[in-house]
Amino acid sequence: MNNLELIKSALPYLLEGTLVTIQLTFWSLLIGIVVGLPIAFAQVYGNKILQATVAVYERLARSIPLLVMLLLLNYGLPMLGLRIPIFRAAVIGIGLRSAAYQSQIYRGAIQSVGGSQMKAARSLGMSKMKAFFYIIAPQAIRIAIPPVANESAIVLKDTSLAFTIGVVELLRQGEYFIATSNEPMVIYLTIAAIYFILTTIVNGGLSLFEKKYQIPGIGIEGGHSDAY
Amino acid sequence: MPTKHLLRIENLHHSFENEEVLKGISFSLDKGETKVIVGPSGTGKSTVLNNIIRLVPPTRGKIYLEDTEITSAKNINEIRQQIGFVFQDFGLFNHLTAKGNVMIGLTKVKKMDKNEAEELALFELDRVGLKDYANSYPSQLSGGQKQRVGIARALAMQPKLILFDEPTSALDPELTGEVLKVMRNLAEEGMTMLVVTHEMGFARSVADELIFMEGGNIVEQGDPEKLFTDPDHKRTKEFLFQLTNLYGEGEK
Repeated sequence: MNNLELIKSALPYLLEGTLVTIQLTFWSLLIGIVVGLPIAFAQVYGNKILQATVAVYERLARSIPLLVMLLLLNYGLPMLGLRIPIFRAAVIGIGLRSAAYQSQIYRGAIQSVGGSQMKAARSLGMSKMKAFFYIIAPQAIRIAIPPVANESAIVLKDTSLAFTIGVVELLRQGEYFIATSNEPMVIYLTIAAIYFILTTIVNGGLSLFEKKYQIPGIGIEGGHSDAY
Repeated sequence: MPTKHLLRIENLHHSFENEEVLKGISFSLDKGETKVIVGPSGTGKSTVLNNIIRLVPPTRGKIYLEDTEITSAKNINEIRQQIGFVFQDFGLFNHLTAKGNVMIGLTKVKKMDKNEAEELALFELDRVGLKDYANSYPSQLSGGQKQRVGIARALAMQPKLILFDEPTSALDPELTGEVLKVMRNLAEEGMTMLVVTHEMGFARSVADELIFMEGGNIVEQGDPEKLFTDPDHKRTKEFLFQLTNLYGEGEK
């Protein structure tokens, strides 16, 4: 069997795995946003106690290796009587870690917009809420796009660690195929190519979005989301 | 107590941490008047303005806008709509064009119809000589142009008075003129203004009254010509002499 035919026969399995990889990425990023945004708000606008609490979470989530986290979720928690299905365990682990990183992105973006913008908005009679939605957020989102694109690519690639707790995603599908074909080089290269295509799509999409909503003077001049 | 003053400040105190920066400031402003506050840095001039609009709530004392006591008023967002504020660092919203900057308070705070707001925004930009820059973003404008947009933004809200917090201090000397000219026109049109500035020429020729502050107190206030030529206090003379030397007498 030549390589091309080998890839052809492997592709249906690999694409099936790719679909799972995309699902893992999507849910993990979503958890990252849903948990990361409130953490960012707590850090910027919260009181000291709230700030300290989320700082502990963030410290922990950024210090524990993802692999260790996944193993804890999958093999540790059942000892306490809590058994989570592997797909969910993977999403929780990857998502909670991404939340810590994403919160830093959002916090930085909000803070870099600056207090004087908030002050000016309040001086016009805007409530804090209105000032956030109409003045701070539109600028912060633009500033956050490049690092968010970067983080998305990292999460996409790190979903491969879900392989270790048995999620049948792209990498594990490849493993299965290698077990029967004994062609690790070709299959791993194919897998690498698929990851490459996926990250390129993610970054390209966000880069387009960034260009479409570009405003002179906001964000890093000349910077773009491809810089990962 | 009813009053005919547009703005009345009574015994205003303010402390940051343990440091008392305002030690009992009282003055008033009538409709159509321009008053200029001068004084050394760290004297609390900007704090007075920030106290009035409550971006920094005062520690003690009372401020009245017409008959309303605004230091404890609940509806601060409504009161702020009636008081314009022009910032030293312009405070323009970076994601909006000059026109968008002027419009946003009208549409989002005053709930004005979009077309109506646009018309008013263009009118106010024209008033500060920037109609041609309506679609420029702040990063595309010079400092003087930015500050004029800031003034147009304050004007569009049709406030009862405008507070200017060192509006030309962040500008290159050759750009201060265009901003001062706009302010001078406003004063002549009868806008009520309270200005913190080091521009002695402006103070001397435009102000109805000059307030000299130092160390959290008003040292002397009165007719600018008198303060410049024959002040009651030695400190007033020293300070004004020093500033005039530094900045020149400007257009007298």
